[in-house]
Amino acid sequence: MLNTYLELIRIRFLMMLAYRVNYYSGIIIYSLNIGVYYFLWMAIYGDAGSIRDMTAVQMATYIAVAWMSRAFYFNNLDREIAREIRDGTVAVQLIRPYHYLGVKMAQGFGEGLFRLLLFSVPGMAVVSLVFPIELPGIGERWLWFVVSLLIGFVINSQINMFTGLMAFYIMNNEGLIRAKRVIVDLLSGLILPISFYPEWAQRILTYLPFQAISYQPSTILAKGMARGEIAHVLLTQWIWAVVLWIPIQLLWIHARRRLIVQGG
Amino acid sequence: MSFTRPFRNTEVLNRYIWIGHWHPEGGAFLWTDERAGNRKAGVDMNSIEAKGLTKEFKVYQSRSGLAGAFRDLFNRQYRTIRAVNGIDLTIEPGEIVGYIGENGAGKSTTIKMLTGILEPTAGQLRVNGYDPHRQREEFVRTIGVVFGQRSQLWWDIAVRESFRLLKKLYRIPDETYRRHMDRIIEVLDIGALLDQPVRKLSLGQRMRCELAAALIHQPRLLFLDEPTIGLDVLVKENIRRFLRQINEEYGTTVLLTTHDLSDIEALCSRVIMLDQGNIIYDGGLAELRAQWGGGRKIILDLAEPAELSQLTEKTEGLSVIWERHGETRFLIRLENGKTSVSEVLSRLVSAVAVRDIQIEEATTEEIVRKIYQEGMADA
Repeated sequence: MLNTYLELIRIRFLMMLAYRVNYYSGIIIYSLNIGVYYFLWMAIYGDAGSIRDMTAVQMATYIAVAWMSRAFYFNNLDREIAREIRDGTVAVQLIRPYHYLGVKMAQGFGEGLFRLLLFSVPGMAVVSLVFPIELPGIGERWLWFVVSLLIGFVINSQINMFTGLMAFYIMNNEGLIRAKRVIVDLLSGLILPISFYPEWAQRILTYLPFQAISYQPSTILAKGMARGEIAHVLLTQWIWAVVLWIPIQLLWIHARRRLIVQGG
Repeated sequence: MSFTRPFRNTEVLNRYIWIGHWHPEGGAFLWTDERAGNRKAGVDMNSIEAKGLTKEFKVYQSRSGLAGAFRDLFNRQYRTIRAVNGIDLTIEPGEIVGYIGENGAGKSTTIKMLTGILEPTAGQLRVNGYDPHRQREEFVRTIGVVFGQRSQLWWDIAVRESFRLLKKLYRIPDETYRRHMDRIIEVLDIGALLDQPVRKLSLGQRMRCELAAALIHQPRLLFLDEPTIGLDVLVKENIRRFLRQINEEYGTTVLLTTHDLSDIEALCSRVIMLDQGNIIYDGGLAELRAQWGGGRKIILDLAEPAELSQLTEKTEGLSVIWERHGETRFLIRLENGKTSVSEVLSRLVSAVAVRDIQIEEATTEEIVRKIYQEGMADA
């Protein structure tokens, strides 16, 4: 079974290679974003050495890491699932001996891996030359970052799946998908680190899965965390990743029952 | 005591080991089928067994006008449509069955229930011994499906990669795969296409690849939903020949829906005709022709002009109908099964000078059209 999913990851990797232009334009967009947020934050910092327990260098590092991580965890599973439901291709998926959502996850992972290797890693090298960022040397922190980022990927994909599956109920869920994208970018801490939110907002956000996508992994690498804190973060992330499967699976089972295949 | 279980032949009977035991309360023998636990082996059971298979859809009905649209926001009206209305269907292994009907007759819905995509609203269904919807992931390993209007190959990658992925999906050993696929690739003549991405293939090329893809795991049952739609005559012929071949060689059961009745003529011994969710005919193609073919037609071209009354006299006593189509051109309709062509001709040829004779039989297409237009009762 694992073999099957590995093959699916490989195929998606090949497909990404087939559309390289998309990938080049992605590089430009991400570089622009990092640049814009870097200069914006440096203007905010001004002469202040640190704001909310975060130094300017840590902030610069956070921006670079968060955006490069986004290249990995970000995917269009929501759009893909919605499109397949709308045009009826989901029927073809159902005659295959696999779990549709598992396959989607594998495809998302193949896509993420592609961007990580051909985009994030070289991108990070370039960014570290241009901007004054401080990355830890090879060690434990990197390991925890990778683990945390992987779970962040799973959680983001789950949120995407949930949004995509809503297409069974709302045929055109493009608006929903866009709203979700903004919400995830904002509440995951990509645009504004969670520690910069007001107290009450931070308290609410601890009960939501979003910060597990970007804020937690990026903080582990950019700012560092105590061991106990890392353990706590990884545990909550893991719990979210497991818990989120329940509504998705229920939605999938229910949706499959009321499936009307579009276009004959 | 009697067997209520139908047997096709004694060979099947012999393969069962029957153990009878006396049931004290019922006062009758109950029979235990030792093979029952082994039904999934799929040797003796029917490929498809459906009883009272029904599918209903809830369709959202929009009200008219702006006020209606506004009301729809809060209170939607639904209408239930019965796409498939309690059909019974039994298909035995090795059959090639044509499933025909007009657009919206419920063909595709049936196929989607049989392949496990849709859940039946009511009725019993066993396909290859499985409940298609509930046991979907196991079940789909035993079937192959080709949708003429949808590609199941990965659009952006080479055909070979798609095959490779399917091979992994179905967990086919290298050796089996090579032996089986080499042959299929050869017969379908797609060897040269394997390195091209699917999006660059023509429809005919793609369809042949789709067929190969559907057969990678050597399914016992093959569903074809309009496999020849939009294809030219040569490709159609190629595909039909291939289907006949795999049916003979591997004993693959084939159920195909089509609008092209020449597919049915070329392939199927049995036809199931669907109308508004009901089966209106289930039987042989030959019987269909015999029953509703409306008899043969003879078109006569005479050497000299003749009067209709003169000619009618000659065939006195035979159940034929004459029609005049021109000075020298006449059409004779023979009543089905009562009058033979030779009888009519032998009477005519001695009496009048005939320049040319054409004998026509109703095509399946005409028969089907007639049935749909006039309904089963009158046809």
